[in-house]
Amino acid sequence: MSAVVEAPPSPRVPARRKVLAKARSNPTTLAGAIICLLILAAAILAPWIAPHDPAEQDIMSRLAPPGGAYPLGTDQFGRDILSRLLWGARISLTVSLGAIALACVIGGAIGMVSGYIGGRFDLFVMQVMDVLLSFPSLILGLIVVALLGPDLANLVVAIALTAIAPFARIARAPTLALKERAFVEAGRALGFSHLRIVFRHILPNILPEVMVMASLWMATAVRVEASLSFIGLGVKPPTPTWGGMTRDGFENILDSPWLAVFPGLAILLLVLGLNLVGDGLRDATDPKLRNE
Amino acid sequence: MSEPLLSVQGLRKHFVQRKGFPRPRTIVVRAVEDVSFTIAPGEAFGLVGESGCGKSTAARALLRLIEPDAGQVTYRGQDVLAARGAELKALRRKMQIVFQDPYSSLDPRQTIGSALMEPMRVHGIATGREARARAAALLEEVGLPAAALDRLPHEFSGGQRQRIGVARALTLEPELIVADEPVSALDVSVQAQVLLVLKQLRARRGLSFLFVSHDLSVVRWFCDRVAVMYLGRIVEEGPAGRVLADPLHPYAKMLRDASPVPDPTRRGVLPRIVGEIPSAANPPPGCPFHPRCPQAMDVCSKVAPRWTVASGGGGVACHLHG
Repeated sequence: MSAVVEAPPSPRVPARRKVLAKARSNPTTLAGAIICLLILAAAILAPWIAPHDPAEQDIMSRLAPPGGAYPLGTDQFGRDILSRLLWGARISLTVSLGAIALACVIGGAIGMVSGYIGGRFDLFVMQVMDVLLSFPSLILGLIVVALLGPDLANLVVAIALTAIAPFARIARAPTLALKERAFVEAGRALGFSHLRIVFRHILPNILPEVMVMASLWMATAVRVEASLSFIGLGVKPPTPTWGGMTRDGFENILDSPWLAVFPGLAILLLVLGLNLVGDGLRDATDPKLRNE
Repeated sequence: MSEPLLSVQGLRKHFVQRKGFPRPRTIVVRAVEDVSFTIAPGEAFGLVGESGCGKSTAARALLRLIEPDAGQVTYRGQDVLAARGAELKALRRKMQIVFQDPYSSLDPRQTIGSALMEPMRVHGIATGREARARAAALLEEVGLPAAALDRLPHEFSGGQRQRIGVARALTLEPELIVADEPVSALDVSVQAQVLLVLKQLRARRGLSFLFVSHDLSVVRWFCDRVAVMYLGRIVEEGPAGRVLADPLHPYAKMLRDASPVPDPTRRGVLPRIVGEIPSAANPPPGCPFHPRCPQAMDVCSKVAPRWTVASGGGGVACHLHG
């Protein structure tokens, strides 16, 4: 047969790299990424770059204003605010990353399996998810922490629980569309198990959407963690957390505003950075904007 | 006649829908009402009919991609509809399918090589280097370079993808290929390429085909025997030459006359096709074709015609020939 047409020798650029390139070309996304990376670096390097021990109390210089030995001042126990912020970043990032990873895996699996199986099972699962979704995430987190007690692991579980339902939904919708495609039917005709079809063939195709969702929900998780700490249901003192610091500083907001302002700014910055990255990723993976 | 490779008896698939609020009505769409045929080893059997007559549903039901409601499917004497687990998996090796839409039949995030090697791994046919060599050989067989192994589906044209789909169907070395409108989504020039590939494979590997299509000229060129389907039933069956050149059933005649003949000296007046295909949710009584049939008689609207053996081979379900 002579009419065989060779595949055009197009340079192979993986879709993933294309998405990253597109995200990079957007200045706001780039700014968000830089913010997030800086905060991540600060959290990782906290033991080496923090000027003081975050628990060290300098009774002689309580409520010291920013400047001098304490660049961002001290709190009512004379602890260095900058050091506490650096160490607190670890809690914020650990809790939100852990919670979102958990929610992503559990919620994503629920959504995919539910959508793939379909029928009454799908209806039931999605109604359970709707019930979960009807709780504001803070209230749900509050209930769980109040029931289990405030510690790091429970906080992760509480926040993860609030995020499972949205992940289930975001994973289910494209699964419904994908399972009608002929390649899923082809998999069945080739004798593939349902597990193989769901995790080898459907999962890679919905992953971009789930990852965008994850980056946007990271911001929410940071916010919920800070809010729970603020109302005293976060990680127990004296462990520094941004929400807890904001609350502690609140009592002295009028005479020593730096106590609450700096942790508040840190939360704002991280949430902003995560949202910018999430928006950028969403735009970059949008099939309508991605011209193949 | 030798032992058939595949035998389908009384295959039926109804889709049940509940529609309406507040009082839902149950609608039964009789996609496949009663379909029986056999395919001999090495034979290409065509299933033709209008869109919506149930031919694709019948093809999927006999492969168990959708579960049929009734009927019997035997493959080399083995009951296909009763097979479970490992038994079904073994049967899947023998019967493969090529899909109509080349754009959705390949996983967009899986390289061609991976798509061809995965079935081999799942069925324990080959792994690693050997699987890759086999995949390359399959690509060559359908006229694609081995370099295609590391590429993704979106880098190929519709015709190329369809040939990749054919290669994937061959990974398990099946004996029967169900081709569900394999060229309907392609340009005419590309159709010829894909059809040639299929015909070569048939000759080289001795494959049997169930060829589902609405294109009579394609079926005439490819198939040995043809069945004409109308509203979930086979109305006529027989050798492709006889059925398509000299059909007995009025519906088969209408189909033949509606299919253009590429010969200007034989240009005729296109017959008017009366009416639309009735809804399979509400099929007419008696012969399903009688509302559109130019030769309908009183009996046609009351009694379903019996299957009558035709003189040129095959048979027909029509009161004119009863």
